[in-house]
Amino acid sequence: MNTAVKELDELVGREYKEGFVTDIEAETLPPGLDESVIRFLSGKKSEPDFILQWRLAAFDRWKAMECPEWAHVHYNPIDFQAISYYSAPKRDEDRPKSLDEIDPKLLETYNKLGIPLEEQKALAGIAVDVVFDSVSVATTFKDKLAEIGVIFCPLSEAMANHPELVREYLGSVVPPSDNFYAGLNSAVFTEGSFVYVPKGVRCPMELSTYFRINALNTGQFERTLIIADEGSYVSYLEGCTAPMRDENQLHAAVVELVALKDAQIKYSTVQNWYPGDEEGRGGIYNFVTKRGACRGDNAKISWTQVETGSAITWKYPSVLLEGNHSTGEFYSVALTNNCQQADTGTKMVHIGEHTSSTIISKGISAGRGQNAYRGLVKVLKSAKQARNYSQCDSLLMGDRCGAHTFPYIEVKNPTATIEHEATTSKIGEDQLFYCRQRGLSEEDAVSMIVNGFCKEVFRELPMEFAVEAQKLLGISLEGAVG
Amino acid sequence: MLKISDLKVTVDGKAILNGLSLDVGPGEVHAIMGPNGSGKSTLANVIAGRDGYEVTSGSVSFMGNDLLSMAPEDRAREGVFLAFQYPVEIPGVANIALLKEGLNAARRHRGEPELDALDFLKLVREKLKLVEMKEEFLSRSVNEGFSGGEKKRNEIFQMAVLEPSLAVLDETDSGLDIDALKTVAGGVNALRSEDRSIILVTHYQRLLDYIVPDKVHVLAQGKIVRSGDKRLALDLEERGYGWIDTAADAATA
Ligand SMILES: Nc1ncnc2c1ncn2[C@@H]1O[C@H](COP(=O)(O)OP(=O)(O)O)[C@@H](O)[C@H]1O
Ligand SMILES: [Mg+2]
Repeated sequence: MNTAVKELDELVGREYKEGFVTDIEAETLPPGLDESVIRFLSGKKSEPDFILQWRLAAFDRWKAMECPEWAHVHYNPIDFQAISYYSAPKRDEDRPKSLDEIDPKLLETYNKLGIPLEEQKALAGIAVDVVFDSVSVATTFKDKLAEIGVIFCPLSEAMANHPELVREYLGSVVPPSDNFYAGLNSAVFTEGSFVYVPKGVRCPMELSTYFRINALNTGQFERTLIIADEGSYVSYLEGCTAPMRDENQLHAAVVELVALKDAQIKYSTVQNWYPGDEEGRGGIYNFVTKRGACRGDNAKISWTQVETGSAITWKYPSVLLEGNHSTGEFYSVALTNNCQQADTGTKMVHIGEHTSSTIISKGISAGRGQNAYRGLVKVLKSAKQARNYSQCDSLLMGDRCGAHTFPYIEVKNPTATIEHEATTSKIGEDQLFYCRQRGLSEEDAVSMIVNGFCKEVFRELPMEFAVEAQKLLGISLEGAVG
Repeated sequence: MLKISDLKVTVDGKAILNGLSLDVGPGEVHAIMGPNGSGKSTLANVIAGRDGYEVTSGSVSFMGNDLLSMAPEDRAREGVFLAFQYPVEIPGVANIALLKEGLNAARRHRGEPELDALDFLKLVREKLKLVEMKEEFLSRSVNEGFSGGEKKRNEIFQMAVLEPSLAVLDETDSGLDIDALKTVAGGVNALRSEDRSIILVTHYQRLLDYIVPDKVHVLAQGKIVRSGDKRLALDLEERGYGWIDTAADAATA
C-alpha cells in the first residue's frame, strides 16, 4: 500500500487526462434481469455483436441452471430479479457527506493501515473534492507497457480494440456453462481487466487493478482475462488491503488465465471486502470463478491469495494442466472472524504428461468464523507421471469457530504421485504465553504466531503485498483472543 | 529484588503452593530444589504470570512493584525472564523475529530507542557465542525441530539478549549431556552480575557444580522446608528427597 499510496498522493491534484472511465450519463436500470437488460449493457459499451450474442447465449443457459447449494456456507436465497444490473456512479448528493457517517470500525482499520484521510474518504464512498485520480497513474503505466507491447486495459476497451484476442480467449477457460455464477457473469459482466503479454516478453512491473479501478466502483460482475503468450511472464496483483465499502452485496467475478508454451502467470490477490458488522450484517457475498489454463508445454500458473474480507467467500482458483511439464500452484490464506464464512480451495486438473501441482492452504478461524477447504486433484488418463503435493493446515482461535477440510482426489493414471497432508491446530496458550514472556503484547503475539502459520503463503506474495497482508491479518484478528 | 511472602496457589482447586516465602537480593543466585511435582514450575510460572494459577493469598514484589497485578508482557519488559522447562515450538516464526520484537518492546517500555536491524544483528551475534550457537539458529523457527539441548541453549541465548534483572531458569539442566551442561552453565555464569538475580530451579545438584549458588532452598509439598548454602544440595543428593518429605510432613503435622 505504502508505495502505491505515495504515488497516488503525488498524483492527486494532477489534471485529469483521458482515461479508462468513459463518461456515462446518470442512469440506473430498475431491478430485474431479462434480455433487454443484456442488450442495454452491451449497447452501453458499444460492444461488437459477437459479444452480445455470447452474452445472450450465456443468459439462456443460465436460466436453466440452479444456484449451487453444496458449499459449506449459509445465506438466504438471493433474488436475482431484485438486483439492478446497471447503476451509474452515485451522485455526490447520495453519498455519505463525511467520515462521521461511516462505521467507526472501518475508520479505525484505515488508520491502522496508515491510509491518508483523502483516500479514506474515497474508499468509504464519500464525495471528495480532490479528484482521486487513479486514472492518470494508470496512464503513465500504460505508456511504459505499450513500449514493450503489453496490453493492459479494461476488458470493454479490449473488446473494441483487440476483438480477435477477445474472441479467441474469452470463455475459453471458464465457459458460460461452467457454473451458475460464471453463467450469470457471462451474461451481465460490466467491468474487468484485460492483459496480453506478447511472446518472450517479461512484464517488468507488477500489474495491479488498484491503479485502474476507481476504488468506489468495484464492479459487481467483473471479468478479467489474462493471456501470456509463449515464453512470457507476468505478475498480476488484484485487490487492496483497505476494506472497501460497497453498495453491492453480491459479487460474482470471473477470472481467466491462459499461459501458452513456456509462459508463466503469477496472480496474487489480497481481498479485504467489508465482512459486515460483528453479526455479519451488510457484508459482501463473494462468489468468484478463477481458473487458469496451462495451454502449452512448460507453462506455469500460480495463484496466491489472502482472503480476510467478505461475509461469504466462495472461490476455487484452479489450473488446467494441459501442456506437458506444466505446473500449477495454489497458495492460500483464508481468515474468517466473527460471522464470516469461507468456502475456498482449488482444483488441479492434470491432463498433460509430467505435470505437477502444489497446493498450500492455510485456514484461520476465529470468533464464530467457519472456514472450509475444498480441493480437487484430478489426474486424467493422459497425465503420465503427474505429481501433486497438497498441504492443508487449519488454525483455530477459540472454540466457537470451525474448520472443515474436503479433499477430493481422482486418479485415472497409476503413475501419478499424490501426497496430501492436513493438520488442525489450536493457537496454543503455550505459544501465546511464550511470546508474552518475551515481552510481546497479546495482540502482537497472536499476530506473530498467525503470520508464522501463514509464512509459506506470504513468501509467495510480492514483497510489498506480503508486508501489507501481514499487517492486515493482525488487524483482522484483533480481539480474537482473550 | 524479589520478595515472595506466604504465597498460596491453587490449580483447578488443588493447592500446589502452601505459603511459600522467598527473598532474593540483587546479584544473588538461588537454587530451588525439590522432587517432581513439588511445585517448582508452578512457582516459576506464577512469577512469570501464566494463566491458570490462582493465587489465594500472599504477595510477590519485584523491585518494589506488585508483580501479581502485572500482565505477563509487562513483567517481561520490567526485566523478569523465564527460561522454560519445555520451550514451545512456534512454526514459521523466526527465532530472531520474536527476539527482536521482545527486545524492542522492552526498550520502548524503558523509553529507549528501538534497535534497528543492523545493531540488533550485531548484538545477537555477540550473544550467540556465549552459548556456542550457530548463526543459522537465528533464522530457524522458534524451537522447531530443535533438539532438547538446543532448546535449552536457545533459552539462555534469549536471556543473554534480553538482559533481565531477574531470571528464573526452570530445569534448564534437564536433558543436557555433560558438554551441553557445561556450555549452558558457562553462559549463565557469564550473565551473573551485581544487578541481576537468578533463580535456578533444578531437580539435580549436578548443575550446582557448575553454577555455584549463594543459597539453596528445598521445596516440598508447596513450601520451602529447608534453606542453606551449597552444602545443602550435597546433603540432599546423599540422602535423597525422602528425607525431605519426612521433614515436610513433620513440619505440617
Ligand atoms: N496446569 C495444571 N493443571 C493441573 N495440575 C497442575 C498444573 N500444573 C501443575 N499441576 C500440578 O501441580 C503440582 C506441581 O507441579 P509442578 O509445579 O509442575 O511441579 P515441579 O515443577 O516441581 O515438578 C503437580 O502435582 C502437578 O500435577
Ligand atoms: Mg517442573
